[in-house]
Amino acid sequence: MTGLQESPLQRANRLSTEPWQQAGGRSSGVTGTIASVREIWEQRRLLRLLTGRELKSRYKDSAGGFLWSLAKPLTQLFIYYLVIGQFLGAARGIENFAIYIFAGLTIYTLFSEIVGAGTGSIIANAGLVKKVYLPREIFPLAAVGSALFNFAVQFVILIIASIVVGTLSFGPQLLFGLGALVLILIWGTAVGVLLAALNVYLRDIQYLVEVVLLLLMWASPILYSWQQAAAILPQWLLEIYVNSPITLAVLGFQEAFWSEASNGVPLPHLAIRMLIAGAVGLVALFAAQRVFSRLQGDFAQEL
Amino acid sequence: MAEHVPVVEVNDVSKRFIIRKEKSLKERLVNAGRSKQFKEDFWALKNVSLEIGSGQTIGLIGPNGSGKSTLLKTIGGIIQPTTGTIRRRGRLAALLELGAGFHQDLTGRENVYLNASILGLSRKQTDLYFDDIVEFSGIKDFIDTQVKFYSSGMYVRLAFAVAVHVDPDLLLVDEVLAVGDEAFQRKCLDKIRSFQREGRTIVLVTHSLGQITEFCDRAVLLNKGEVLFDGVPHEAVRDFRDVLEERRQGEAEAHNATHEEKVPVNDGRIVSTTVHAAGRAEGDPVHPGDDLIVRVTYEHPTGLPDWIAAIQIDNVQGVPVYGTASPRMKLDLGTLRAPTTVEFVLRDVQFGTGKYFINSTLMNRERAHVHDVPQAVSFDVPYYDLAVGIVHAQPEIRVVGA
Repeated sequence: MTGLQESPLQRANRLSTEPWQQAGGRSSGVTGTIASVREIWEQRRLLRLLTGRELKSRYKDSAGGFLWSLAKPLTQLFIYYLVIGQFLGAARGIENFAIYIFAGLTIYTLFSEIVGAGTGSIIANAGLVKKVYLPREIFPLAAVGSALFNFAVQFVILIIASIVVGTLSFGPQLLFGLGALVLILIWGTAVGVLLAALNVYLRDIQYLVEVVLLLLMWASPILYSWQQAAAILPQWLLEIYVNSPITLAVLGFQEAFWSEASNGVPLPHLAIRMLIAGAVGLVALFAAQRVFSRLQGDFAQEL
Repeated sequence: MAEHVPVVEVNDVSKRFIIRKEKSLKERLVNAGRSKQFKEDFWALKNVSLEIGSGQTIGLIGPNGSGKSTLLKTIGGIIQPTTGTIRRRGRLAALLELGAGFHQDLTGRENVYLNASILGLSRKQTDLYFDDIVEFSGIKDFIDTQVKFYSSGMYVRLAFAVAVHVDPDLLLVDEVLAVGDEAFQRKCLDKIRSFQREGRTIVLVTHSLGQITEFCDRAVLLNKGEVLFDGVPHEAVRDFRDVLEERRQGEAEAHNATHEEKVPVNDGRIVSTTVHAAGRAEGDPVHPGDDLIVRVTYEHPTGLPDWIAAIQIDNVQGVPVYGTASPRMKLDLGTLRAPTTVEFVLRDVQFGTGKYFINSTLMNRERAHVHDVPQAVSFDVPYYDLAVGIVHAQPEIRVVGA
């Protein structure tokens, strides 16, 4: 960093030794990804500020502030517990049904917020994208950041609730919770980054995403147990169902915060499946970043 | 400067925009087979090469749609060129739109930190400059108010204040200097001058040709995506005026072609307008001290009694700088019927450098305009390196006491 007292000569001399940079351009392949990651790392402070901006501005003028971010999941919990659990009888086969739902909802909401906010992130920040050069991955990543904050709040409630109900015990099963979180972060970021770029060219994506996210919630064992699905689905569909990263993450969270004290039936080889899904997710994340990098060159003119 | 240190290299850059006429999924699917029909290529830049050295101040000029802003954005890395490469070094700050990173719901203070970070300043540096920034913007009392309650002037002041405090080696400026009140504009221009003294490189896009000749040591004239001229600012400005003039005449002809019949036949009209300096040919530059001769030919098919001939001279910004008419001279022109030529002789004209347009008017005795020909003809006054402005006067400067 240079001071303001630098003379023109000093400045010219310093500049003559500075390396050339490609304006906005990035190389392709693995080196391109490494360069992007480095660029984003250099802008981590801005990433924090953008995340903070999202959170601050969202509830800025409301008296309840960020407490409102809890209103939706708690209402969902209440409705699902009452209607699905009690009226429709899903709770009969599942002990501590409220904790069961909330564990699944908490991790699923994280995914849904990352993808939902990530998809619209480039368009929402069109002003910046068009006028300033930044590594554009920052915008979907800021969406990840603000989703993580909301997740943290819900997570605290989940922990408190599971202590009160007595489903939380300290043990190695808690690692499933961590694994589920990592899994969702990888896949959520990959999907968010990819859709953020595609949405610039095809605005229909953001509406499609809302619908698909609704569908995905029912395509994972959040409000019912996976055995109930297993009893009906044909074998090939069941394989897809149980190996989807969302199902695995939901099961992981339930394993960590609910199963122990509630006679849950674990999915066989859950740990191995999660590891594989995580590895595949990393490849997907890499591919998503490549696509993003390819498409981002024309963002400014498409917006 | 020890030697010429290039900071930007634009190498054979072209940029193609594809103009699509549909956006939704449905439209694309329906038109998938015929997508060619719904696309249009537009080359915003064609094989542009440019090298910018450290400490230079470069003005990019050209008519609307000539690719100036696109070139600036490709240098800034915001748009990627279709072909060719651009490389640069040093810290970059782009003032493409003031307050692009401002968030309506955050306070001025929070926005200063956010915007400074976007422009590449660390928190510690922002802390260091914060008081300066607020001082420069002159809106201390409102710094903790949400920016959505700011007036547009306050908004712009704060944004500019942030942008000039980020210590850039290369500053890209796009038409943003025309904002704020006069005092603030003066402040901005002073800041640009101090940037020049500090050896920073500035690339400026502006429509104010005065700023180009005043600030830049080099100007690049673009037209339809191509570099027409690259060199001394006043020459670029002169060429630019020619480009504008050609375009204007082209448009006027197209306009006349479609509107010719609509002029009522029994109304009088101005047949022609010419201008030259005494002793010089038509189209030659007019020098200060020349006698300017304007000849206008009028006719009226049915006869126009007590008619009035008038001319007005405008500069390129459309500001009237001179005007006269026959009644001012207590001149009675009688009745106009057959083509009549009137000669206006303007003695000893002292116009400043630039292009001037002559508007020609025919009026009836109630002073209603019978026929107007705006910018009927133009003349140039050559570059005068001792002074600027629309009035010519030979300056003498000396110290008359210490």
